[in-house]
Amino acid sequence: MGYQTTAAKMNTIFADLSKDYLIYAPKRYVGDGTFVHIDTIRYGEITDLSEIEFAEKSNYSFKEVLLPISETLFYFTENEMKEADAPKKGAIVFLRSCDLHGLKRMDTIYLENGAVDTYYKRLRDNTKFILMGCESSFENCFCVSMGTQTSDDYDAYLKVTGETVLVDSHWDALDAALAGATPASVIPDSVTANETVVTIPETVPQTLFDDPFWEDYGNRCIACGRCNFVCPTCTCFTMQDIFYTDNGKAGERRRVWASCHIDGYTDMAGGHAFRNDKGQRMRFKVLHKVNDYKRRFGTHMCIGCGRCDDVCPEYISFANCINKLNTLVNDTAKEEN
Amino acid sequence: MLDLNTKKIKKNAYRITKVRGETASRIRVPGGLLTAELLPLIQNIAQTYGNGKIHLTTRQGFEIPGIKYGDIDTVNALLQPIIEKLEINQEIPGKGYTSAGTRNVSACIGSNVCPFATYNTTNFAKRMEKEIFPNDLHFKVAFTGCANDCIKTRMHDFGIIGMTEPQYEKERCMGCQACVKACKKKSVDALSVENYRIVRNTEKCVGCGECVINCPTRAWTRSPETYYRLVIMGRTGKRNPRLAEDFLVWATEDAIIKIVKNTYSFVTNYIDRDAPGGKEHIGYIIDRTGFEEFKKWAMDGVELDSRTIVKNPVYWSGIHYV
Repeated sequence: MGYQTTAAKMNTIFADLSKDYLIYAPKRYVGDGTFVHIDTIRYGEITDLSEIEFAEKSNYSFKEVLLPISETLFYFTENEMKEADAPKKGAIVFLRSCDLHGLKRMDTIYLENGAVDTYYKRLRDNTKFILMGCESSFENCFCVSMGTQTSDDYDAYLKVTGETVLVDSHWDALDAALAGATPASVIPDSVTANETVVTIPETVPQTLFDDPFWEDYGNRCIACGRCNFVCPTCTCFTMQDIFYTDNGKAGERRRVWASCHIDGYTDMAGGHAFRNDKGQRMRFKVLHKVNDYKRRFGTHMCIGCGRCDDVCPEYISFANCINKLNTLVNDTAKEEN
Repeated sequence: MLDLNTKKIKKNAYRITKVRGETASRIRVPGGLLTAELLPLIQNIAQTYGNGKIHLTTRQGFEIPGIKYGDIDTVNALLQPIIEKLEINQEIPGKGYTSAGTRNVSACIGSNVCPFATYNTTNFAKRMEKEIFPNDLHFKVAFTGCANDCIKTRMHDFGIIGMTEPQYEKERCMGCQACVKACKKKSVDALSVENYRIVRNTEKCVGCGECVINCPTRAWTRSPETYYRLVIMGRTGKRNPRLAEDFLVWATEDAIIKIVKNTYSFVTNYIDRDAPGGKEHIGYIIDRTGFEEFKKWAMDGVELDSRTIVKNPVYWSGIHYV
């Protein structure tokens, strides 16, 4: 159902919902950026619509709500262990269309790729998603190329214009709360074109895995992992077993984000690492996003948010890499014919 | 026939040069930043009244050589828009700079451009200039954005080095150790790892912010407050060139301004009345009075932040030629 209501009314509704839900949205953290006097926009808890940063793309995605950067899985002592409690409240997450498609990728990895991940599932099952529209494309966005510029898969859509709020609700509880509000036809804002256009090669022959094409990235990438950490579809984690310093017989197991660009990702027992070259790390990531994942799950993993291009301190463009790769694949095919 | 009062000319920021009959005008640029519109004005003075050349001074000003002593009044009139635009304190409008002792307050490019900077060096330099100029006493003050000290504050009477107090949100840390590597290789090796999380040695940390710059998840961020290391009494020169030593660490802007201003009173009281040209470096005065006496004057009425560390006593070394 579509409604027109006021910001004051919506804030009251969210205040009521906050008894059962923590509300997460992109927020401006003043001065928390990499450099002095630069802000960061990332996810945090909100209590008022005015705290939400609608005007800019968030630097980090929503994924940390469902996949915390550091998450204690269980506690152990001697012969016993206890699973960490799930949060007492569910979550409401504000996010854009591309990120909603990112959610599908996370679901695929954590719920449909072999055993169900119970830690992910228990958060996911209690989370509602509220779509934020995009009136225009941001820098480096290529959602249209990835087909992620629209999504119907939301619990609600919200558009705030001053004191006026337009809502499209797919959620019973919200419909009930909005009973009496003015009915309206509400269609989410979405873009139809981006400045950045990406053409993805249909298949990438394995012969290109060792192509000199990747060497350029080997020289440029500094293995900081920022592209992975801002990506809503990077889902890798690693484990940390902690023994408390006051009592080594007790401790906890945490899982934390991992990055295929950072040293240590491919380390094995005995000290061998099989992707030391940063160009090969780039190849692994790029082909996972637009080649391998599709072969396995039917869609591309990348959702075209462009955050990797926004954040790279060495100005490496993932989008341009795909386009250059497409040219390389076409040229290689011509040579073979 | 020239009949000049060289003392008045020097006080007006003109040099008595080695070329008989020619002076040079020194233009102050506090913080080393100016708008490009001023360059044609400087160009005009150099081409019309100088020899067409402009020297970029070591203190980030301009020096226009080859000016005839008789043209000083005209040049002063042409300097007026530059002085006004750069908001230089001026005692008599239209008469140029009315002191030269306290040198141009210089600064590295700071947070306007540099990724390492912890604060806006230009703005602090301009504030300092407003507080201390014009004054005949020989003071050199410089500002640098971080512990790299590109402006070389440690060769100044007062050097101000920016610091940030790194804030660590451990739940945002996945243990990539980018901060640890950066601190070890580029800074002072103040970070270590305990149970996959980072421990900051607060005794060693110099507040450079390398951890913040290198953190990929915003686990490290800057403190809302900017802090400063105040280093004092560095100098070049014939007798005992030396680097400035730490006086205050984790100091605030207001405390630094107050200390520098207090030092003017100290110097006025203790300067050698027979010093050649009435000019004696502050450091040599402190060498004579002892650090304790300087500190008593400098700290008068200064309010310190609870984090501020005061070094006491301060010892200098350097090279001794006498």
